[in-house]
Amino acid sequence: MQLSVWTYEGPPHVGAMRVATGMTDVHYLLHAPQGDTYADLLFTMIERRGKRPPVTYTTFQARDLGKDTAELFQSAARDAVARFNPAALLVGSSCTAELIQDDPAGMAQAMKLSIPVIALELPSYSRKENWGASETFYQIVRTLAVGDSSRPASRQAGSPRPKANLLGPSALGFRHRDDIVEIGKILAVLGIEINVTAPMGAGAGDIARLSDADFNIVMYPEIADTAARWLERTFKQPFTRTIPIGHGATLDFIREVAALAGVDAAPALDLAEARMPWWSRSVDSTYLTGKRVFIFGDATHAIAAARVARDELGFVVCGLGCYNREFARDLRAAAAEHGVEPLITDDHLEVEDAIAAAHPELVLGTQMERHIAKRLSIPCAVISAPVHVQDFPARHSPQMGFEGANVLFDSWVHPLVMGLEEHLLTMFRDDFEFHDGAGASHLAHGTVEPSRAAPAVAFEPQADPVPNRQEAEGDVLVLAGWTSEADIELKKIPFFVRGKARRNTEAYAAELGLASITLDTLYEAKAHYAR
Amino acid sequence: MIAAASLVADQGCTSAPVLRERGQREVFCGLTGIVWLHRKMPDAFFLVVGSRTCAHLLQSAAGVMIFAEPRFATAIIEERDLAGLADANEELDRVVRRLLARRPEIRTLFLVGSCPSEVIKLDLARAAQRLAGAFMPDVRIVNYSGSGIETTFTQGEDACLAALVPFMPEPQLDAAPQLLIVGALPDIVEDQLLRLIRDLGITNVACLPARSSRDLPPVGANTRFLLAQPFLGDTALALEDRGAVHLPAAFPFGAEGTTQWLHAAAKSFGVDEMHFRSVVAPGRERAKRALEHSRSRLEGKTIFFLPDSQLELPLARFLHVELGMIPVEVGTPYLHRQHMAAELAQLPATTVISEGQDVDKQLDRVRAAKPDITVCGLGLANPLEAEGFTTKWAIELVFSPIHGFDQAGDLAELFARPLRRRDVLKV
Repeated sequence: MQLSVWTYEGPPHVGAMRVATGMTDVHYLLHAPQGDTYADLLFTMIERRGKRPPVTYTTFQARDLGKDTAELFQSAARDAVARFNPAALLVGSSCTAELIQDDPAGMAQAMKLSIPVIALELPSYSRKENWGASETFYQIVRTLAVGDSSRPASRQAGSPRPKANLLGPSALGFRHRDDIVEIGKILAVLGIEINVTAPMGAGAGDIARLSDADFNIVMYPEIADTAARWLERTFKQPFTRTIPIGHGATLDFIREVAALAGVDAAPALDLAEARMPWWSRSVDSTYLTGKRVFIFGDATHAIAAARVARDELGFVVCGLGCYNREFARDLRAAAAEHGVEPLITDDHLEVEDAIAAAHPELVLGTQMERHIAKRLSIPCAVISAPVHVQDFPARHSPQMGFEGANVLFDSWVHPLVMGLEEHLLTMFRDDFEFHDGAGASHLAHGTVEPSRAAPAVAFEPQADPVPNRQEAEGDVLVLAGWTSEADIELKKIPFFVRGKARRNTEAYAAELGLASITLDTLYEAKAHYAR
Repeated sequence: MIAAASLVADQGCTSAPVLRERGQREVFCGLTGIVWLHRKMPDAFFLVVGSRTCAHLLQSAAGVMIFAEPRFATAIIEERDLAGLADANEELDRVVRRLLARRPEIRTLFLVGSCPSEVIKLDLARAAQRLAGAFMPDVRIVNYSGSGIETTFTQGEDACLAALVPFMPEPQLDAAPQLLIVGALPDIVEDQLLRLIRDLGITNVACLPARSSRDLPPVGANTRFLLAQPFLGDTALALEDRGAVHLPAAFPFGAEGTTQWLHAAAKSFGVDEMHFRSVVAPGRERAKRALEHSRSRLEGKTIFFLPDSQLELPLARFLHVELGMIPVEVGTPYLHRQHMAAELAQLPATTVISEGQDVDKQLDRVRAAKPDITVCGLGLANPLEAEGFTTKWAIELVFSPIHGFDQAGDLAELFARPLRRRDVLKV
């Protein structure tokens, strides 16, 4: 048993729902008790979908268990097929149905329905949401894709332009909707036709013609890797390995795609909308140099973020981790490259401890890390699922491609105090408008506690029920034995870096076993931690 | 109107046929009650023994609350726990020990059963006994089931409160008659109602749940109880087993409902009728004034309730009697005729009462009836809005203070706001 107060991933059947809901004409018959229908609201509320997920729950009750749950399953199947007229029926169990050991696959086969039935075996007690999505997509592709496996797909006659499938985007995905648009732009410039995008927006008929493409673009390995490997084996379709998140990765992706398609990469490499490199090189960004950043999310987004952070913003990666063990190997390799210990866990308390220990200046994480960062008064930006209603903005807000890189720049940098602003605040720190209690001008609530006025709270306009764990500043000073002279000096340091100065100085004093912190200690610590 | 509770029994929908349906139910399971129960009992912790699905449900339903170190969690059953139940029990003990070591302020630990724990027959009652041996008197261990195979949404509270009844002490032999208010209410609402009851002259009054989980009121033959919530069938039975007497009444929604509810207590405790009227008059008048703000928007409008929280029948009665709305169909997860008698009697005979759900068929009926407003769960609201229907999220009715005189206006506003919004939007 695992004690859990919060989980990064739902159960595997929620992953299956994400695939089914992304598609246009499949239906998912889920053998499940009442209550499991809560999952519908993830799609209708968080993603604001205007349609119910295409899922029928058999809704068995305790009194059914001694009787015939098979009949319940079969009548639900008949009704669902008659009402929704799907092109294919997915059948499977949620965690409870798995225990009663009805056999959805066998029961559905026995009904001899006129549409393909795809049986899903998603072990609820050992697997999780991403695995469920991946397995579901793989089973759909395996069952429905048809094609001639004897010749390389790229040699098909009558196709004037190379064709690619986009694999991985699903319902309830982190910015999948917008990433598809960005990849589409790149492919259009390269003269590559999109054969099928799946599961998002695909019908069963589209899955059947996946083999028409020359190669596959795996946008989200968490969902599409297994299916892409099968397509490679079966239809000799190669697939892309580069995830185009960040400027450099987008360039690499374009080259990889161009090579697979046999076209010239050049037209796509220099698009005017790639503003991120100049935004990062411009002098205002100088202050970003060496900012310590802690990164946690799904492996794909976390690994991509680490590269962007180091190579494109000049940050130092001080922590890197992911919650999905299936991609632990990739994450470990990336962590080694960045010289940090990999953190692979689905226990958010462990992540919180790691963040607190790393003393980052910026956290890039999921919604959970956003809350952890808020508690620790550290700026944060969200880079990965699990999704939150804020992750489905009305505006276009991709992570991939050149526009995606622009979005990363804006959304990661804005939580930090802006460079010029930082200098101005220092210069004018004695003005009444800039006193410690004034808070940041762009935040509505001017009364926030100074130590929490960091722009981290800009993402969270609502009041936070979590009490601030930091002790009042005065208490800490007394405990640490600051002399009054040092104390006065400390107060001259701009409030938004004062906490760090205090921590560093106290750590330095503790390390040397100093009884009190003097003016000299303060500046020696500053020199010690200078970089 | 004060005498409404004495309406002849066969009026309204009392003997109307009930449409019973069996199919897909678009409802939460009883675990969801933890979201408000843990806030009502600040010294209690709710440990669900279940699957990843249970944990995911709780975090989806509880939203942002989960980010504060919450007083609920899930012991997620894993593959190896399924292999041997002895090990599962040991695992549970280990999880509980770790949890209680981390949270020394916890005075009551609820072990909450789920669908998986019920199906594998993990005996949480025995686990509670075993753990009580180790942790009493510091921590009381109570168990109940919030599983979806046995409970619907608010029935989780019913199961929780029923599980507390055996822990309620016996009254003293010569104890005066006691009034017990049963059902979790927001503190501010509970205080309003208690003030009114004390003003009536009923001084021996207590609440279940109490605000401290270890400070349970006594129950016995001197106890008469009013249900503040319409979903407490098992709790009522458990209290009756202890000798308590149920005071049947309409539920305290709106000026009339609250008056009828208080009147049931007043009659039972022999409160003088004139005194009763003078005590309730100010609140009742305030409530009526507050309701006037929404009347023009709601009067004559049709409303369709999908089954969700068991609040459907009392709320439909409130909207019909006090605001002139026309309930087309009122769905309820299950119908407790006895507890709903006063509600059914006050609904128009044209109302379809449905019990249980076959969600697709019911949505067909919504489309055919074209109600002005549809009350439904979160999974259905946006899809219905996208089809052009105006909806009210049922869950907001559970989480908002809506009982009593001083919330009557807010309650009406919850229904008026979606209609007003529909009218003001030009996009």
